[in-house]
Amino acid sequence: MTVLRLASWSLRLSPRGLAVCLLLVAAGVAVSLVALSTGEFTVPVPDIVGSLFGRGTPAAELIVWKLRAPRVVTGLLVGAAFGLSGAIFQSITRNPLGSPDFIGFTAGAATGGIVAVVLGGSSWQIAGGSLLGCVACALLVYALSFRNGVQAHRLILVGIGVSALLTSADWYLLTRANINDAATAGAWLTGSLGGRGWEHALPVACALALLLPVCALVSRPLRMMEMGDDSAKAVGIRVEPVRAAAVTVGVLLCGVATAATGPVVFVAMAAPQLARRLTRSPGVTMLASALMGAVLLVTADLAAQRLLAPVQLPVGIMTAAIGGTYLVYMLRKERR
Amino acid sequence: MRLQGTGLTLSYDDRVVASGLDVAIPDGSFTVIIGPNACGKSTTLRALARMLKPRAGTVHLDGSLITSLPSKEVARRLGLLPQSSIVPDGITVADLVGRGRYPHQRLMRQWSKQDETAVGSAMEATGVADLADRCVDELSGGQRQRVWLAMALAQETSILLLDEPTTFLDIAHQIEVLDLCADLHEQGRTLVAVLHDLNQACRYATHLIVMREGRIVAEGDPAEIVTAELVRDVYDLRCEIITDPQSGTPLIVPEVRRRARATASG
Ligand SMILES: Nc1ncnc2c1ncn2[C@@H]1O[C@H](COP(=O)(O)OP(=O)(O)O)[C@@H](O)[C@H]1O
Ligand SMILES: [Mg+2]
Repeated sequence: MTVLRLASWSLRLSPRGLAVCLLLVAAGVAVSLVALSTGEFTVPVPDIVGSLFGRGTPAAELIVWKLRAPRVVTGLLVGAAFGLSGAIFQSITRNPLGSPDFIGFTAGAATGGIVAVVLGGSSWQIAGGSLLGCVACALLVYALSFRNGVQAHRLILVGIGVSALLTSADWYLLTRANINDAATAGAWLTGSLGGRGWEHALPVACALALLLPVCALVSRPLRMMEMGDDSAKAVGIRVEPVRAAAVTVGVLLCGVATAATGPVVFVAMAAPQLARRLTRSPGVTMLASALMGAVLLVTADLAAQRLLAPVQLPVGIMTAAIGGTYLVYMLRKERR
Repeated sequence: MRLQGTGLTLSYDDRVVASGLDVAIPDGSFTVIIGPNACGKSTTLRALARMLKPRAGTVHLDGSLITSLPSKEVARRLGLLPQSSIVPDGITVADLVGRGRYPHQRLMRQWSKQDETAVGSAMEATGVADLADRCVDELSGGQRQRVWLAMALAQETSILLLDEPTTFLDIAHQIEVLDLCADLHEQGRTLVAVLHDLNQACRYATHLIVMREGRIVAEGDPAEIVTAELVRDVYDLRCEIITDPQSGTPLIVPEVRRRARATASG
């Protein structure tokens, strides 16, 4: 920890944490540039930068700003939202498995979205459906696991059960849908960034702009609460309001992110864990988790587009493959 | 009195632990709470430190309802070392002790010179200064307990509540911690500690509170209230009380089980 002082002001920073964040920003920019410039048509990086200032060729403008940029930006924003949501829930449950993809919130969002698809909803209605599904599922899991307060392990077990139920409900709904809707819904269910436009990025951007300040405010109290409620209260933290605010933000971020891309699994689980290991921070690291989520998702999407080109994999399959490997690695390490 | 609870009914959901409990902590005292397991010592301490909302009754700190004071303000006057806490993965001793400074910090004053000094002297006092850069999860139970104590000390509150501060320590470290508490008390702080060892309680307490099943059975100067009858009533233990040859305070000597001795000698 380094302390910066100016008169009676003082700021506390971890140099390592700062370095990790800067590196992640650099990695995010680099991967985004690759994603913007490569593909069926290559647009050289200078042309991308040129069109950023309105001095690009019409072809570059079309390919970069209409087709590729929305996808990349949506990926960055959704990744950041999943990273933050995961960081919040892992901190509250004090467990890496406490992330929204395991405790059923992502599954709730997915089912909400599918219901909207099957009812023939527009893209806004699908987004609304998945947000609603996420909130409803969070309330359900919370209510089911509430007994004399909520214990983390019970929340996780109930969440896993509810996820399984919802997944079977998803497939049932798909069988009831007409063939077109079923195809749309099926693609959406794996989590995909294909064909995403600015209209998908915008809601996530708004949600992040509104909720990031709340994340910043609760991050230090959340870290203290990892020592137990009594220890946190002893130093003057108002545990219940902080937890309520954090849960609300976490559920909203998860819902909004799932609404944009469908349930991209494992980003919310892996991003905060990787961020913590890199920064060596004791406890939740909001900014690094958000940046890590963004980098992970755009990188996974790039890999999903290019690895088996011209076959395009949905990014959810890629993150599931990478994340599953990581989960097994983490559990093996924990054992020792 | 600066800290007192009146007519407290304390419960976890439906389970009532105490009802109509009046508890007052004399200013400047070293108060020790004793009583059998599960009699409500921790619960009482938690209610006094606003960790647990009483179902009925009130807790006053410095004449104000404790719930009406800002949370950080309370934390600058009253500290609590809970019976158990969770060590965050990979945190260093200095970091953990530094967390005790939270109520003194603000968004634009995250680490003042005063924070630095307080953490330094808390680590000195508890003998963990040499461990400052070690990870807490690598320490022994006793060292860890002293780190938690250091965190509570760094908070620099004039009232300090300690729930079983000596539980994981060997006898030498127990005495060390209790001597430290006695020093803090002499420096003018009000201390409240839950202890399990009756003899230590009698030796260190200036005010003893004896609890059983959510009620206060006796309280006052240990030399005046501790009798063989009291120990029998509270712990169902037959004993003899003699005078501690070192401190002159009551010393509880449990009765030898007749049959066991008979078997041993025969
Ligand atoms: N978090 C809790 N939830 C439910 N019951 C509790 C909780 N904590 C303590 N209790 C119960 O309250 C009673 C008093 O507990 P406690 O105050 O911890 O006892 P002590 O500290 O004297 O050993 C016990 O019967 C215990 O089982
Ligand atoms: Mg106890």
